[in-house]
Amino acid sequence: MGNLFEMLLASILNHNIALVYILGMCPLIAISTNVKNAKGMGIAVVLVVTITALINWPIYQLLKATQTENLALLIFIITIAATVQILEIFMERFIPKLYNAFGIFLPLITVNCVVLAVSLFFVNREYTFAETGFFAFGSSVGWMLAIILLAGVREKMATHSDVPKGLKGKGITFIILGILALAFIGFTGIANI
Amino acid sequence: MNIFVPIILVGVLLVIALILIIIDKALGGGGEKMILINDEKVIPVTGDDSLLNILSSHKIFIPSACGGKATCGFCKFQLIEGGGEIKPTELPFLNQKEKEEGIRLSCQVKVRDNMKIAIPKELLNAKEYKTKVTHIEDLTYDIKLVRFELINPTEMHFKPGQYAQIKVPGIDVIRAYSIASHPKYNNQIELIIRQVPNGQATTFVHQALEVGDKIILTGPYGDFYLQEDSDREMICIAGGSGKAPIRSILYYLRDQGMPRKVKYFFGAKSKRDLYYTEEFEQLSKEFPNFEYIPALSEPKPEDNWTGEVGLITDVVDRNTKDLSEAEAYLCGSPGMINACIKVLNRHQVKQENVFYDSFS
Repeated sequence: MGNLFEMLLASILNHNIALVYILGMCPLIAISTNVKNAKGMGIAVVLVVTITALINWPIYQLLKATQTENLALLIFIITIAATVQILEIFMERFIPKLYNAFGIFLPLITVNCVVLAVSLFFVNREYTFAETGFFAFGSSVGWMLAIILLAGVREKMATHSDVPKGLKGKGITFIILGILALAFIGFTGIANI
Repeated sequence: MNIFVPIILVGVLLVIALILIIIDKALGGGGEKMILINDEKVIPVTGDDSLLNILSSHKIFIPSACGGKATCGFCKFQLIEGGGEIKPTELPFLNQKEKEEGIRLSCQVKVRDNMKIAIPKELLNAKEYKTKVTHIEDLTYDIKLVRFELINPTEMHFKPGQYAQIKVPGIDVIRAYSIASHPKYNNQIELIIRQVPNGQATTFVHQALEVGDKIILTGPYGDFYLQEDSDREMICIAGGSGKAPIRSILYYLRDQGMPRKVKYFFGAKSKRDLYYTEEFEQLSKEFPNFEYIPALSEPKPEDNWTGEVGLITDVVDRNTKDLSEAEAYLCGSPGMINACIKVLNRHQVKQENVFYDSFS
């Protein structure tokens, strides 16, 4: 159990998937203009990543049993796309406000590399089912933390800072991201995966 | 090869397809919903599709050039009740006033509950027509006249100046063109179509369309048409293929004995862009009330051009006096129309008497 908790902590902080592994940059930069949307996107990613990892794990065991591991990448992508599709139908039906706020970005989660990366990591690192669950949840919460931090900074900067013209928008965002990533290096050694 | 590879692939896809179908069935709008149009027509709806598709399946054709991808912004309607909030995909096409009035894009509104909507009256008259191409004629090097015979239904009742849409077979691109023919001949319509570089529909018409081809048309559409109740003096300004709606208007007026004073300015680059010149000159000989003023902006030396030279706006400026009692009908590119409106304003034209059809 301690091992699982350590894994959760590590995947949120010193193995943060966005700031240390630099994955899932596209939505991280695109939807981080205000905290409200960033939160929504973060929650969606947490949901999708955790659910798909938990679905992909038993499927991978099946692939292993039938010696068809080479299909893993293909099958993972298919399950991810299907999960996002299902999530989209649910959200459109029950939380249309959030669905509308996402617009194009919800379908884009399909190609958010965080989702696939988590599924591929558990294969590489030979995680158990429980470990996969904690790792997936931790990684996605880490990604959410990163996007909310970034959005918080950007929201403040939009009203308070005088950003040079050439750096406005994406340029300054990369710099903020870099500083955030440096800060996360400070967590090194806190926990191990 | 491992025998499990195809089994697993097909299996996973099957399972996922099944789950999606079940969820779609379980969550998709099950009950019957009602759409009330203009407080008079009621359409019952089952399932949840976009309003654009539902209306077109009930033979109400809202103009749409992109076919529901939210890229053209043509399929606007007024939402009075129900339907949910404005989606981000619609925002680029709506200005502040439209947002307040509840204007939406019908391709982006899904019918989930009872709705009350308002659409322009003439859209209720628009129908889908099966047609046959009976005549194709080159008017200039890049403009063609195409005549369609209406097969089913056999008659289209349009006002001179309105437009119709053609559906390009195979790629389902829909494009709008003004009707150039006389409204009296209601079992055929003529469109004047100019080749647009890389335009999907115009390339089809210019390269592939042949006499005898069967084409689907919808129409008539548009609030650009001759104001029949008025007897004001008319100024018509057209450029390029913009001759089409004016031609229809002039045919109509000719039958009435040209009761109004009409000045028709047509702008082109050089002589090879002019068409129907004799026809209109003949008309102006016949009726002193009608004056045809073609103008070339860049006449070539070999054109031997003796008429007006210059930008259409300058020519209009030179040849008009006080327009405070006149009606203006403009058709052409948005740039040309904006420039012409500025010139007309200088001649005291009243805003409510300016009608335009902008080809974009």
